[in-house]
Amino acid sequence: MSAQASGHGTMNIKLIVWRQAGPDKPGNFETYEAKGITPHHSFLEMLDVVNEDLIKQGKDPITFDHDCREGICGTCSAVVNGVPHGGQKRTTLCQLHMRKFKDGDSIYLEPWRARAFPIIRDLMVDRGALDRLIQAAGWISCHTGGVPDGNSTPIAKRDADYAMDAAECIGCGACVAACPNGAAMLFGGAKVAQYAALPQGQVEAPERVAAMIQAMAENGFGNCSNHYECQAACPKGIDVKFITRLNREFYKALVLDKVGATPPKKS
Amino acid sequence: MILDGKAPTGRIEESWDKHRFELKLVNPANKRKYKVLVVGTGLAGASAAASLGELGYNVEAFCYQDSPRRAHSIAAQGGINAAKNYPNDGDSIYRLFYDTIKGGDFRAREADVWRLAQVSNNIIDQCVAQGVPFARDYAGYLDTRSFGGAQVSRTFYARGQTGQQLLLGAYTALSRQIKAGSVKLFPRTEMLDLVVVDGEAKGITVRDLVTGEIRTHVGDAVVLATGGYVNVFYLSTNAMGCSVTAIWKAAKKGAYFANPCFTQIHPTCIPQAGDYQSKLTLMSESLRNDGRVWVPKKKEDCNKPPNEIGEDDRDYYLERKYPTFGNLAPRDISSRAAKEACDDGRGVGPGGRGVYLDFAASIKRLGENVIRERYGNLFEMYERITDEDGYKQPMRIYPAPHYSMGGLWVDYNLMSNIPGLFVLGEANFSVHGANRLGASALMQGLADGYFVIPYTIGGYLAAAKPGKVKPDHAECLKSIADVQETEKKLLGVNGKRTVTEFMRELGSLMWNNVGMGRSEASLTEAIQKIPAIREEFWKNVKVSGGGMETNQQLENAGRTADFFEFSELLARDALHRNESCGGHFREEYQYPDGEAKRDDANFCYVAAWELKGAGQEPELHKEPLKFENVHLAVRSYK
Ligand SMILES: Cc1cc2nc3c(=O)[nH]c(=O)nc-3n(C[C@H](O)[C@H](O)[C@H](O)COP(=O)(O)OP(=O)(O)OC[C@H]3O[C@@H](n4cnc5c(N)ncnc54)[C@H](O)[C@@H]3O)c2cc1C
Ligand code: SF4
Ligand code: FES
Repeated sequence: MSAQASGHGTMNIKLIVWRQAGPDKPGNFETYEAKGITPHHSFLEMLDVVNEDLIKQGKDPITFDHDCREGICGTCSAVVNGVPHGGQKRTTLCQLHMRKFKDGDSIYLEPWRARAFPIIRDLMVDRGALDRLIQAAGWISCHTGGVPDGNSTPIAKRDADYAMDAAECIGCGACVAACPNGAAMLFGGAKVAQYAALPQGQVEAPERVAAMIQAMAENGFGNCSNHYECQAACPKGIDVKFITRLNREFYKALVLDKVGATPPKKS
Repeated sequence: MILDGKAPTGRIEESWDKHRFELKLVNPANKRKYKVLVVGTGLAGASAAASLGELGYNVEAFCYQDSPRRAHSIAAQGGINAAKNYPNDGDSIYRLFYDTIKGGDFRAREADVWRLAQVSNNIIDQCVAQGVPFARDYAGYLDTRSFGGAQVSRTFYARGQTGQQLLLGAYTALSRQIKAGSVKLFPRTEMLDLVVVDGEAKGITVRDLVTGEIRTHVGDAVVLATGGYVNVFYLSTNAMGCSVTAIWKAAKKGAYFANPCFTQIHPTCIPQAGDYQSKLTLMSESLRNDGRVWVPKKKEDCNKPPNEIGEDDRDYYLERKYPTFGNLAPRDISSRAAKEACDDGRGVGPGGRGVYLDFAASIKRLGENVIRERYGNLFEMYERITDEDGYKQPMRIYPAPHYSMGGLWVDYNLMSNIPGLFVLGEANFSVHGANRLGASALMQGLADGYFVIPYTIGGYLAAAKPGKVKPDHAECLKSIADVQETEKKLLGVNGKRTVTEFMRELGSLMWNNVGMGRSEASLTEAIQKIPAIREEFWKNVKVSGGGMETNQQLENAGRTADFFEFSELLARDALHRNESCGGHFREEYQYPDGEAKRDDANFCYVAAWELKGAGQEPELHKEPLKFENVHLAVRSYK
């Protein structure tokens, strides 16, 4: 079906894209034309069009991370006109559609920029630091098997809902990219809060928060100075109240003398 | 050859317990001497790697994404089944077993399905203990809902993100083992070959997707949990990177490929909007609990706004044809019914390829806020993609390729015919027969990983000498050379068409000829055409860049090359199976009312294909299926 048939015209878009051949290579912006884009193209489908063109010209296509293309895997990641994921509320880059742009628009496209996320190539970065935060303590220790019946401990619906609100995080790292300090407090806060709200997570709560805070520093994430850019950029609407919860859990742990690390800095 | 699934004999209720007891154990002190390579970190792979690591095995885990948490299990929306019978509505292990056998149209092994139903309850307990925030009722107990094909409420869910929450549970368990040092993780690493030494699986050859390095990892057993292959249709609900590559490479090394033609077309996806489209998005079928499916009765009405079509002019065809199950009829039946309506010229939306899913009645009955609470995120997703408001006008949906019931053949221990090669999750063929019921894939992935493989792998390893093969073994070096050779070929063609153009061409041939409706003529045509496109691919594909760098085109080219080989096997399997069953609908084999006509006299078996090398016809091996606990019967949902 052509764009005309669907009742819309096509657009031409100017793309100014960060190109960088490798982690240690210099990078620079290159300009491309995306032609014949319909309002129904997703943002990544628009990039596909540009890439098909580049390949045919014998040039290297733009490397960008993506997989599910339905807003849940957290793989897609690029800063569009200065805003991670492009700025549509609760929308990942792969779910952003070109109807949000108009013919003749210029779009700047850059990778996540944060100390903890080294660039691999073009728009693709290494977010292994987020995995390392979870590896530090982002779990509830339970063996496979030998656990009680699922209904043995009732959990208030409000607590389950609160935990789920936090658990919706897709681990994309936009919060880190948006933060002037490159902090992972929203990501980390969401994990700490999810478990802190559940009875199963109580046993290890103090150790968990302490280890995660320490891992943040070790992995190159900055401190939180309450800018709340993270919440604005988050495609899943993760609330900064979870950062407050993280801080509260941390001070609780401090009181219990479970903390070797220094408290998170506040401005 | 007649294959033996090694299912235990005796009373089915005791079969798994008895078998577990009979399996050999590996001495705890020796476990760390055994290295297990787990490829895939979805529900099946992550749960397996975490559980095996916890038992003390020395595990290496691989995935092509940058993080294990991004495996496509993350995208599952609807829920996970278990036979808990919490709602007291008549569920039981036996009923879940029965429903799965029947839903699969009697093409699965009974003992495997029984075991699945039996351990389903442990899965829920496990996930709750991990902190998975399942939906709860106001008293704080676990909530359930009913899902396509079941008349009991046995589906546990976490909003519209059940797969995400279960995967994050398994991912955290895996992360704990990584910290403990029992699991070593290799993300952005793609398996491109299986290393077989003296007939046993002892390693894998991988490409580091960042640096391009090609190397071999050796181990004492290999576990493949690499997901499904429906991207062979190009447009599907799978992620862009999902491929047949890992299991296809294993098949080329001798593993039998079972029932490749059993693919599932999901009835509730957002219809395709244009040619540029790169994937299709699923709308959870839980929507069918409250949405009513219809098309206009009259062709003239198809272009009218739906709200202007009166009640009497609407054909609620599922409710009409299947009064008992109505809008909850199983997936294959619902998908085919949608196609029929559209083939009849009564489809709606672009190209007439869509049917309505209407919430007006439920909104009137329950209020918009209840619907919003149940499915809010799905309505949001629909609006983001289509720019239409599902609360105000009916959604448009159309079937799309979604799940592969087929996969590598495994015995009751989940071991393939190659000793030491285990296959879990969607990558194997085991429990879903010819059609998978909703919310049963998550259950299978976690059953395989948490509760089956930790036992059955011991049975193999107990008799194996650890560390038998070293990385400098001739087979490893040969495997690396082969992978490098293929890469060189792909980079060397330097033709005129892109990988995506080829994949689109293959996909549309597969969808049109080997998709929802298949006939001898359409399949024969596909089998003739595939080799021609494949040849052109190898002469005219253009892959830019080099091997020793991050190169997404090269990755896609390799996956596409495998789909080109595999697609032919899929079509052959469909052509050989002269019956209709589950997701496999052969137009020649139907009853006058259009229902699938199964042929138990001739096809009550698993078709396991052995590849014989390029240019040679694959050889068919059969595993006969015996039904001793559920009687073979025509599957009726009327
Ligand atoms: C949109 C959608 C919704 C769904 N909803 C439901 C639902 O509600 N309920 C339900 O029960 N089921 C549902 N399913 C089905 C279910 O999600 C999948 O069948 C299941 O999650 C598959 O899990 P898996 O572990 O087998 O594979 P996956 O989760 O696909 O994982 C595959 C893993 O293998 C890795 N891999 C693949 N190839 C290679 C390679 N060559 N080298 C290295 N690594 C490789 C990947 O990196 C990944 O880690 C849904 C599926 C989809 C697509
Ligand atoms: S908190 Fe939001 S922005 Fe940060 S990783 Fe999670 S989903 Fe992404
Ligand atoms: S590609 Fe998965 S969230 Fe965007």
